[in-house]
Amino acid sequence: MTSIAKPPVKHPTARTNGRGLTLRDYEGAMSTLCAGCGHDSVTAALVQAAWELEIEPHRAAKMSGIGCSSKTTAYFMKQSHGFNSVHGRMPSVTSGAAAANKGLTYIGISGDGDSLSIGLGQLSHAIRRNVNMLYVIENNGVYGLTKGQFSASADIGSTSKKGEANEQAPIDPVLLALTLGCTFVARSFSGDKQQLVPILKAAIAHKGLALVDVISPCVSFNDHEGSTKSYAYTREHEVEAVHADFIPLKREITVPETGEEVRVVEMHDGARVRLRSTATDYDPTNRESAYAHVRACQARHEIATGLLFVDENGRDMHDYLKTVPTPLVDLPFEALCPGKDALGKLMDRYR
Amino acid sequence: MASTDVRNPQYYHRVVDCQWACPAHTNVPGYLRLIAQGRYDDSYLLNRESNIFPGILGRVCDRPCEPACRRGRVEEKPVAICRMKRVAADNRGDITDRLPKGGAKNGKRVALVGAGPASLAVANDLLPLGYDVTIFEKNATPGGLMRINIPSFRLPAQVLDEECDYVIRMGATMRYGTTVDSLKGLLAEGYDAVFVGTGAPKGKELDLPGRWDAKENVHIGIEWLANVHFGHVERIGQRVLIIGVGNTAMDCCRTAKRVGATDVKVMARRGRKHFKASPWELEDAEEEQVAIVENHAPKRFVLEQGKLVGMEFEQLAWSTDATGKQVSTVTGTVVVPCDDVILAIGQDNAFPWIERDIGLEFDPKWDMPIVDKETHQSTRPGVFFGGDAAWGPENIIWAVAHGHAAAISIHHHCQGIPVTERPPVGMTLVSAKMGMQSWAYDNDYDTTKRAKMPHEDLAKRFTDLNVEVELGYTPAQAALEVARCLNCDIQTHFDAPLCIECDACVDVCPTSCLTITTNGDSETSLRTRLSAPALNTKQAIFLSDALPQTKRIMVKDEDVCLHCGLCAERCPTAAWDMRTFDLKQAYAGMVTR
Repeated sequence: MTSIAKPPVKHPTARTNGRGLTLRDYEGAMSTLCAGCGHDSVTAALVQAAWELEIEPHRAAKMSGIGCSSKTTAYFMKQSHGFNSVHGRMPSVTSGAAAANKGLTYIGISGDGDSLSIGLGQLSHAIRRNVNMLYVIENNGVYGLTKGQFSASADIGSTSKKGEANEQAPIDPVLLALTLGCTFVARSFSGDKQQLVPILKAAIAHKGLALVDVISPCVSFNDHEGSTKSYAYTREHEVEAVHADFIPLKREITVPETGEEVRVVEMHDGARVRLRSTATDYDPTNRESAYAHVRACQARHEIATGLLFVDENGRDMHDYLKTVPTPLVDLPFEALCPGKDALGKLMDRYR
Repeated sequence: MASTDVRNPQYYHRVVDCQWACPAHTNVPGYLRLIAQGRYDDSYLLNRESNIFPGILGRVCDRPCEPACRRGRVEEKPVAICRMKRVAADNRGDITDRLPKGGAKNGKRVALVGAGPASLAVANDLLPLGYDVTIFEKNATPGGLMRINIPSFRLPAQVLDEECDYVIRMGATMRYGTTVDSLKGLLAEGYDAVFVGTGAPKGKELDLPGRWDAKENVHIGIEWLANVHFGHVERIGQRVLIIGVGNTAMDCCRTAKRVGATDVKVMARRGRKHFKASPWELEDAEEEQVAIVENHAPKRFVLEQGKLVGMEFEQLAWSTDATGKQVSTVTGTVVVPCDDVILAIGQDNAFPWIERDIGLEFDPKWDMPIVDKETHQSTRPGVFFGGDAAWGPENIIWAVAHGHAAAISIHHHCQGIPVTERPPVGMTLVSAKMGMQSWAYDNDYDTTKRAKMPHEDLAKRFTDLNVEVELGYTPAQAALEVARCLNCDIQTHFDAPLCIECDACVDVCPTSCLTITTNGDSETSLRTRLSAPALNTKQAIFLSDALPQTKRIMVKDEDVCLHCGLCAERCPTAAWDMRTFDLKQAYAGMVTR
């Protein structure tokens, strides 16, 4: 909590993006999360990504469930749409919203509790459906809102603040997503915006569900020595598989040449992600090797980060459903609901 | 690059822009907060520690603090710092028992020449230490230029009397109506030290054709103002030209309007942005329907039958030459009719009373005594200079600062301590944290705009020469205005070993002052790598020690920090703290043997 609202003063040299908006125009309400919460850094990264992508705030929808993570949506893009759903049901609500209006940019924010416990089935089926959305999991390994019990993502041997060790095997959302056919899988760290911001930008530009698992330490209950999701542990054990530079279609951005091998993946809107492998022979377009790499890192007690897998040729929910190009919400009522006679004709086909 | 040493008081002092810019280093945020609490007495006395004339300077200071004010970089207008001194002075109760008192006599005798601001500041510092102080003043009242050159519609005599009296009542021996004709003679009287605070009493002459034929109607600005003050001059012609556009010119034109002139023009050689007068003095003159005429260079005085009827000017057009210098070309000439001309083009020092064979060296080029910038001592030990007498015309607040510095030297000289040994400048730095998100100051940003100074009705102010124009802020206005202060003395203090690099401070900072980045070799390149490039190189950037986890550093651009304390409120480990900085200045008597 803070005692005051953020002063309405901008830096005198604050730049505007192509829509004439400054970074601060993408902010939301003042965060009421604990001081130092990783989620606030994710918020700042989202603000940065949205500003750089020049998203029109009123053409975006922020979706969330329940938990500390799900408060995040209140803290950025105050002029966007939003839906704070029942615990774990964010993916379904987003599926419904995306079905009705595919014209919006969907930003779903969830946590390890919301997505990997109560909402695990929801997450899995949203991935299978390939809803066109950004799906951020702010992953801190604990139920922060209920004072620090282990969540489903807590590693074996990781201790609680009082010293008790977790013995159950964790659910790794990245491995889960890879096995379920997710077309964009990344992991990052709230304390590393240089990595996180381009990943978020690429994830927003991706067509289909882009899952970004962000290690986002809980300063109040899981930032101690025995934790495997603390700031210090993550910094020590992070292994970046691929470094991503995001190049939007609209603006030419020069990216420093490193002499390393670069893979360019074109996003559906023409933007590009340049991927530089930092691990030897890492291929971010090969699902099997991505899976193997994450498993191998896990065995070495390392945390694989970066854009781990991307496939821009996947089909999203609207492709599967063969909907018309116009968002359903924009269709005239007569076209959307052609009436009893049309229904009768349709039913006849199944008789 | 090496980390910033914040244990050196200079670093945090520089962050408090107003206090840094003030020659006397007045604790501005401190006295503004006291006003906010309604503690006018305390505010007045805090002010008086460094600036012995809060009531006087709260009306007529040249306000070097205000252009420096951070608020002016954050939005359009700075805090009305100067006039807040007057709020404290106007609303104070009886504070006489809290003023410094004359000390038990130490047997040392000091002579001060001139009873202006510089000498009074010296007396203020030396009397409590027990010095026997004698002040020689050619007029019958103290105050110097503050009394005879500043019109009473800007500075009422009663305000001046009160604040001069606070000093004199400590036990100074006043020799009014006494002109010092010979420094040699004064020294022969056996004083342990002599301080010269005689000001720059000679107005500059403009020797153009016709000048000496029109003696009756051409006046030297500061002399004319003094004559009006003493009642020697009660009228002036209807059409008056003022030559020059400094603050004396502003006082002349406005005084002329009060002694019979109806058509007053201030004639300036250059364009408005080059004027020496403070913008608010120009505004006040224009409010009184004084015309300011730009780009006119005086050429000659025009006389008809031995009487001044006008003045001829060359009309100038200014352009920039290849080297970037402003050059003028004459585009024509014009005769502006007038009855009187007042010359306000500057002031000079004059020391006809200082013998040149007493070991006190003069600079041959300027005919000015050679005075050490730090100690204020001339080349003759025991003779000190301050105020306008030292290095030419400056503002009153400079004279006060000189007085404080010279008093240190005089004390050292009399006590056998080298005058070059200066007392150390110190600071206290105390956490302003009172509890969870609770601070010893109001950290919320107030969006109020600068308060407008209420003025006396135009009609009423011309009825009498002594009607004060500025009415002073009301307590209600003052309460809003002090809330505009950004409390720059509440410093953001960073303790690198505590930082876990969670980015919370960087994310929450409303003006993008903070960056966690890798260290580098040059400040220039580092300045470009920050969250918002630090383009204002006049403002420092803070560099922390290496952070524990990644060995990167925390960098803070001090330029537009609002001192809102959000970094400290969002910091989970209290690596950031808000700390109240109090500069401990050096004054006479701090070093003893």
